[in-house]
Amino acid sequence: MVSELPVIWLQGSTCTGCSISLLNSASPSIKNILIDQVVPGTHVNLRFHATLMAGAGEQALEVIQDTLARDRGGYVLVAEGAIPTKSDGVYGSIGERGGRPFSMKERLEELAAGSLAVLSVGTCASFGGIPAAYPNPTECRPVKWVLDMAGINKPLINIPGCPPHPDWVVNTIASILLRGLPGPSELDDNLRPLAFYGKLVHENCPRRAYFDEFKFAKKPGDEGCLYELGCKGPITYADCPTRRWNNGTNWVIGAGAPCNGCTQPEFPDLTSPFYEKLPETVFPVPKAAGITPEERK
Amino acid sequence: MSTIVIDPVTRIEGHLKIETVMEDGVVKETRSVGNLFRGLEVILKGRDPRDAQVITQRICGVCPQSHAVACSLALDSAFGIAGMIPNNARTIRNLIQGAHMVEDHILHFYHLAALDYVDIKAVEKYSGGDAALRSVRQFIEGAQLGPFMPRYEGDYRLPERISQQACAHYIEALEIRRTGEEMVSIFSGKIPHSVGIVPGGVTCTPTVDMITSFLWKLRKLQQFVNDIYLPDVLAVAGAYADYFEIGAGCQNYLSYGAYDLENGQADVTKRKRLFPQGVTSSELSVQPLDVSKISEEVTHSWYEDSPMPLHPSHGETMPRYGKEDAYSWVKAPRYDSKVYEVGPLARVAVAYAAGNPAIKSLVDSALKELGASPSALFSVMGRHLARAVSAKFIVDNLERWLLEIKPGEPTFVEYRLPDEGAGIGLTEAARGALGHWIEMKDKKISNYQCVVPTTWNASPRDKNGNPGPIEQAITGTRIRDRDNPFEIVRIVRSFDPCLACAIH
Repeated sequence: MVSELPVIWLQGSTCTGCSISLLNSASPSIKNILIDQVVPGTHVNLRFHATLMAGAGEQALEVIQDTLARDRGGYVLVAEGAIPTKSDGVYGSIGERGGRPFSMKERLEELAAGSLAVLSVGTCASFGGIPAAYPNPTECRPVKWVLDMAGINKPLINIPGCPPHPDWVVNTIASILLRGLPGPSELDDNLRPLAFYGKLVHENCPRRAYFDEFKFAKKPGDEGCLYELGCKGPITYADCPTRRWNNGTNWVIGAGAPCNGCTQPEFPDLTSPFYEKLPETVFPVPKAAGITPEERK
Repeated sequence: MSTIVIDPVTRIEGHLKIETVMEDGVVKETRSVGNLFRGLEVILKGRDPRDAQVITQRICGVCPQSHAVACSLALDSAFGIAGMIPNNARTIRNLIQGAHMVEDHILHFYHLAALDYVDIKAVEKYSGGDAALRSVRQFIEGAQLGPFMPRYEGDYRLPERISQQACAHYIEALEIRRTGEEMVSIFSGKIPHSVGIVPGGVTCTPTVDMITSFLWKLRKLQQFVNDIYLPDVLAVAGAYADYFEIGAGCQNYLSYGAYDLENGQADVTKRKRLFPQGVTSSELSVQPLDVSKISEEVTHSWYEDSPMPLHPSHGETMPRYGKEDAYSWVKAPRYDSKVYEVGPLARVAVAYAAGNPAIKSLVDSALKELGASPSALFSVMGRHLARAVSAKFIVDNLERWLLEIKPGEPTFVEYRLPDEGAGIGLTEAARGALGHWIEMKDKKISNYQCVVPTTWNASPRDKNGNPGPIEQAITGTRIRDRDNPFEIVRIVRSFDPCLACAIH
């Protein structure tokens, strides 16, 4: 007997990059996720995902209402995107109710209240991200903020990244299916799974040796650590250097570009300017072996 | 009179509502309503201009590359280095954008559009040995059919065997489009939201192993486009030939052109490009593009009114929800005060009208196979066909460009950030003409405006009351079954709308 895990994927103030990243999942493939048993004995039943689903309009929204009625407390809500809250959320709506646009905020609250657990996928859903950047024109908030304000208390995991690596999303779901919801010791202070966000990019960076030797790239294409070109790896928690992206093809620093800190709550306002060196007050440069190259001479 | 409201329109990017007023089974009036405003142009103000490359990609997670290109072109021109981009950098930008556009076209046809034409339930009766189709059959037997059910019913016309094959191709296309993304990643680090295209050039250091890896992924992509994508489009077009007759819309077409083919030309409106720049109509005579004729109107959009339509170089974004007579967050770009469609059809129509031999031969042979004339292009099926032709045209050029890369030669030109400047970046996203306009003061962004493909296509009415291209394409269409309004969603999806792009 195959058990079914109903999933509702709700998009708020988003660019759909998180969904496209999910499509890039390599092992399991997106086909495995949608069609097959993603872990033995369990099929993820992705009932609502506006970018992929066949149905449209009322018919599509009925899937949500039907899930709320039949599977209360039994489905996972994946929220992609931040939630616009200014002026009662008029800046973002999905469908109508009572003859007026039904705001993303209302829809999130209703769906979260009936869920088993909430996954905030991407930096916008987790921390506000790009649409919440200064001056935050639509007062975008993270999913958890909205739920806290509404007094909705559900198990919630943040899976940030702009976008998140598909493995982070898929393996968080697989882990829930295989081992249940993560315990407090498995998440960091920002509710990110330590399995993926436990170490700084800087700790595992293949260019780390250059940093320790004070060899810094001065322009793209140079050999050396990208610290002076604005790399935020020293303050960014993610396993990009070891996991790599797009089926292990490459990653940001592999392409000679600085990390912009996209998995962090500080992204983008406090991890930018993206191409300026981190202030040393944020990240004191340790002296390799206690001496600088100048001192060595 | 009655209405049909579809909200959300699914299998597109973003939040779109379509409202129609019906009379005697025919759409009399249409409103295309963009439902999400984020305000990225507001957010960009006051920031380091170089950061626009990171932030504008977040306009769209489906086509971030095209924003990286448009932004970098705009910054190249604002920084005064547009004529100095090294050959390697120009080539690598083209490869990143090209691989991405081809996979994006495949994504659109198979994963966004195909379920309107292909019956996945046909696989229930599959008895062959294909492992993927057997797993789909098992999935159907499990009777938990999200996200493939519910759907509109009553107009799936492909023979059972063709439908089964198309379902197998849906799955294969998932793999192939991922391969396309891997090609992007080789030169651009990761995708979505890559990092490799920057003002001054690209960040990567090309090597022979990158070129070889790209080449063999390209071969797979090319084979899929030739052997599967194009034939599938022709098969669907054959079975739904009546869709060559509906959804024409405004029949004015605009393309900025894309894929720079020469170095040293600072002016983006004068560069030799793979896809030529220009405007045309269903008459197929081409005129040069005059950028000064572009303006954005907000009469029926939720923004503060301006005394006259504004050119994007001094455009404004001041949201005002609930404004009288406004009904969408999408602005209304117009060219010479007229309504223009952008997208693969516009790209192909401009190239065809300009006499591009490769495009002419691709289009003419496809039309010949279907027994159709060029006027059939201006339709729902014409858009799908033009998209496939666009994919083939690009994929056939990538290998030549790839082999032009010279490892060891420059990929980046150094520059000093000027105190002041203005720049324009014009290119084509998968969905059509994409323009970025930047103005900077004191080394900061003082204004940034984006006019994005779906801003054109999903635009609301303008000050003269002329509806936007999607609105015009739907109005006048007969809806056979109002509970299953296939015609409306097929018309909308033929434009491949992206609402996050349109409004940003």
